[in-house]
Amino acid sequence: MHELLKLDATETARRIRAAETTAHDVTAAVLAQIKATEPRVGAYLHVDEAGALAQAKAVDASVKAGKAGALAGVPVAIKDNIHVHGQQTSCASRMLGDFKAPYDATVTARLRAAGAVLVGKTNLDEFAMGSSCENSALKQTRNPWNVAHVPGGSSGGSAACVAAHSAYLSLGSDTGGSIRLPASFCGVVGFKPSYGRVSRYGLVAFASSLDQVGPFARSVRDTAIIMNVLAGRDAHDTTSADRPVPNYVAGLRGELRGVRVGVVRSYLDQMPNREVAAACQAAIDRMQALGATIVETVLPHADHGIAVYYVVASAEASSNLARFDGVRYGLRVESESGIESYFRTRGTGFGPEVKRRIMLGTYALSAGHWEEFYGRAARVRTLICRDFENAFASCDVIVGPCAPFTAFKAGAKSDPLSMYLCDIFTIPASLAGLCALSLPVGYDKSGLPIGLHMQAPAFAEDRLLGFAHALEQALKPEVDRTPAIA
Amino acid sequence: MRAMDEATVRHVARLARLELTEADVRRFAADMSKITDFVSALREVDVQGAEMTLHPIANRNQWREDEAQPGFKREDAVSNAADSEQNFFKVPPVIE
Repeated sequence: MHELLKLDATETARRIRAAETTAHDVTAAVLAQIKATEPRVGAYLHVDEAGALAQAKAVDASVKAGKAGALAGVPVAIKDNIHVHGQQTSCASRMLGDFKAPYDATVTARLRAAGAVLVGKTNLDEFAMGSSCENSALKQTRNPWNVAHVPGGSSGGSAACVAAHSAYLSLGSDTGGSIRLPASFCGVVGFKPSYGRVSRYGLVAFASSLDQVGPFARSVRDTAIIMNVLAGRDAHDTTSADRPVPNYVAGLRGELRGVRVGVVRSYLDQMPNREVAAACQAAIDRMQALGATIVETVLPHADHGIAVYYVVASAEASSNLARFDGVRYGLRVESESGIESYFRTRGTGFGPEVKRRIMLGTYALSAGHWEEFYGRAARVRTLICRDFENAFASCDVIVGPCAPFTAFKAGAKSDPLSMYLCDIFTIPASLAGLCALSLPVGYDKSGLPIGLHMQAPAFAEDRLLGFAHALEQALKPEVDRTPAIA
Repeated sequence: MRAMDEATVRHVARLARLELTEADVRRFAADMSKITDFVSALREVDVQGAEMTLHPIANRNQWREDEAQPGFKREDAVSNAADSEQNFFKVPPVIE
């Protein structure tokens, strides 16, 4: 790979602003890396080569005019369920056909304003429903560390391109773990901000009480710099929080002394995959050696997270996806009557997993089943939220494994329920609206990455990023590796 | 937990406006039986005194001045439609 691609986004933007290199050269290097790695990785659904070079040219002009932004000239990839004006938003579904986004998502507009170069749209499980990226109706993405394995999902393309150095940063969306799980599988940092921290305007809705946009990066410092750009109130999203945004980069002090680290003992002790458990335990030991206090904590209802999630998320999805009827956008399968056309359009356009969730959600909300399924799940959700409130009374951050295993082989999980179990550790934080991230902390014996899940209370992203940065710096000599494919 | 029968699957698919093949119906009856069986573990949880959490944040109505803001042009709004005429969405007849 090109020497420039070994730098992080922070240093790359600094060099571009200081005119030590150009946005054009950096963008050209990323486009070359895409050409070199895509045949084996397949992270992108669309690469906007001409558009990226034009944006880079504009950034180079802005540098000359002394007006370059925080991400000046940094190539960023966007999950293909987030709008980039004039480009496709496929959601990796046949349903959206050749849909072209008629506006920029707020996160897209913020990235542009900060000088980022938008290089392309990345693959995902159809409508962000899945944990391996295999539910994409358009393409199979593979794990850059071993292309026989999945990248994780649903934001598999966004995780894989950052791991393969074919983007410096990317955006994903996380509903139950869709940023953190692929980050864990691909050995990059994946950050799910607190619910409401980042605008959802221009993100195709899956489950509106859970969805959050967040970044992938190769370091916590890069995560902080892009969060400075993404976070904040947006008048277009009434669920975006109207509260001040701290400077996340300034908060990276690298200090773990005195930090109370909560650990749910049973997660590590009962973990069938001992390599994952050992890598997480080693990271916890390192935190302790750096002065952190380890506190045993419990989340008694978290084990019910998956059941709650598949009721709540499917119920919300069945409502959100009602809009795909072939009238205003996307696929239309013609028929004699309007109503018949809806049935055929939806039957043809949605893939099996999307149909399964719509069916489950419709059932859970239907007459006679509402209280039994949705009502009960919403009450157990309250108990999960209370568990976190209780736990955070005695610790500042809760850490544990991000996934029960490392990236599995493509095709290894054909049963929907076994796929749902991938998200066992990430779902509770989504239900409670917390911020959480996956940090690479080691590798299994076959060289596949292992991620540590770090969770903090809602709107404590500055604290969380600070802890993660401190741990990352300590682990760097052992953990800092690049996949051979890059 | 009772297994989900094929008649229920057909009924739910009708509510969701999904055309399913016979193979889909059989597959979803099996899948959804397994999933609803898994989810029914929630019945064992004591939810006494627990309100429903429908959303992670307290959501209130938010008001702004009733002033026109820049928005879509009609041609943008219909640009992705399967069929349109004079900037209206065009659909097959729904009534005789």
